[in-house]
Amino acid sequence: MSAHSENSSLSAKLHQATEVKSAKCYQCGKCSAGCPLSTEMEYPPSVIMRMLQTEDLKNDRKILKSQTIWVCVSCEMCLSRCPMEIDIPKVMDFMRQKSIAEGLSNPKSKNIIRFHKAFLDSIKYTGRLHEISLVADYKMRSMHLTQDVMMVPKMLSRGKLPILPEIIKDKKKVSGFFKKSEHTNF
Amino acid sequence: MQKKIGYYPGCSLEGSAREYNESVQTLAKAFDVTLEQVPDWNCCGATAAHNLNKVLSFALPARILANAEKAGMENILVPCAACYNRLSMVQHELGKNESLRNEVNAIIEADLKCNLKILNIIQFIQMFISDFVGDKQQLLFNKKVACYYGCLLVRPNDVLGFDRAEDPQMMDEVMKSLGADTIDWPFKTECCGAGLSVSRTDIVGNLSGRIVKEAADRGAEAIIVACPMCHSNLDMRRPAIEKAIGEKIDIPVIYISQAIDMALGKTQKETGINRHFVPVNIELKKKEAEPQVVIEKTEEK
Repeated sequence: MSAHSENSSLSAKLHQATEVKSAKCYQCGKCSAGCPLSTEMEYPPSVIMRMLQTEDLKNDRKILKSQTIWVCVSCEMCLSRCPMEIDIPKVMDFMRQKSIAEGLSNPKSKNIIRFHKAFLDSIKYTGRLHEISLVADYKMRSMHLTQDVMMVPKMLSRGKLPILPEIIKDKKKVSGFFKKSEHTNF
Repeated sequence: MQKKIGYYPGCSLEGSAREYNESVQTLAKAFDVTLEQVPDWNCCGATAAHNLNKVLSFALPARILANAEKAGMENILVPCAACYNRLSMVQHELGKNESLRNEVNAIIEADLKCNLKILNIIQFIQMFISDFVGDKQQLLFNKKVACYYGCLLVRPNDVLGFDRAEDPQMMDEVMKSLGADTIDWPFKTECCGAGLSVSRTDIVGNLSGRIVKEAADRGAEAIIVACPMCHSNLDMRRPAIEKAIGEKIDIPVIYISQAIDMALGKTQKETGINRHFVPVNIELKKKEAEPQVVIEKTEEK
């Protein structure tokens, strides 16, 4: 629609990046009814869809500043039950990246974001995820230094925490993806 | 007959879920299936990549697919449901969108064909194991179990499509064939809290708590899973679960591959069940030889 390509609403940007059309939503509420995290969200998925439809800048900002987009775990229940097959998980991915890019991420969701960042950094240097490094890095970022320490001896004694990371041969190539991702957009 | 399949274990199977890897290896060995690792595989990026960085969410799985294709693999087994989901989704999206595929190819410096058959653990069992269990089964899994499929194994159904989205059956069928009684319950595909395990343990306690409690209330003696994230949340996060639901529940959580290994009479070292946080105190019954049905002809006088 030409209206979409001309306006700068979040809904239009979403459509451009993901082909998802918020206008399709007829507010049946099945996504919110099925969403296991809706009680943790200030706006459940169907409300996010309605806010997008308004194309109101204030609502757009509320979405990008919400906890909703960070507590969503991408379980895909919403998409699975949507009679209009609206890819809400893709909407959430788009909103998270937009939220970070615009510096609007929700302060209460900082630890969720810190964990994701620590996860990606672990892969960046070795090509694979190393759980001890991930958790240590997360603790430094979140300052939750004592969290889960009781689990460590139990995990070690069960052989569930290898001390040394596995490093892939072509780790340079994988870290190259990170560099390329900084100036690629699709 | 020696059978061979590509194998992508993924990172958690090298660490916190190493018993899943051990049990899959044991299973493959028992049925003469060679698992050939995807050469120099990397992490799929999991939730973190698709939440924060779309380019990485494609590039990381794409390199894995490219390495498997280059090694001449046709089928790959991906036991982790999260990795299975990411690899399947990326292959699907790149397969149908040529311009996106070209962009990703440029980043990973490869030429993807997107024609791999990506198998999850249940499909693997169906293809290579189920028909051959027969005499190899030594013990009867004579327990009431709750098969828990989680999210990433079955959704989105139009792409993965290997079982029903709301009430999947394939794991139940495998367990029934081993002698188990599988419960009907509403939480087969409810979310356990997944990647929030460390950053929002409280949420995981609530979500996983509902699942464990429902299974226990319906009399299940074990929960059967096929995903390392589900396993770690239901097993290692049991203290958070018990805090959330306000009661102690000692029902063990067992990978489907471990359940088959147990029925084959494998040792704890081979199944890896000794690595769980919630002890697996399950005694299986020896499988009786099939009663021979003799039809006697009575001669009428």
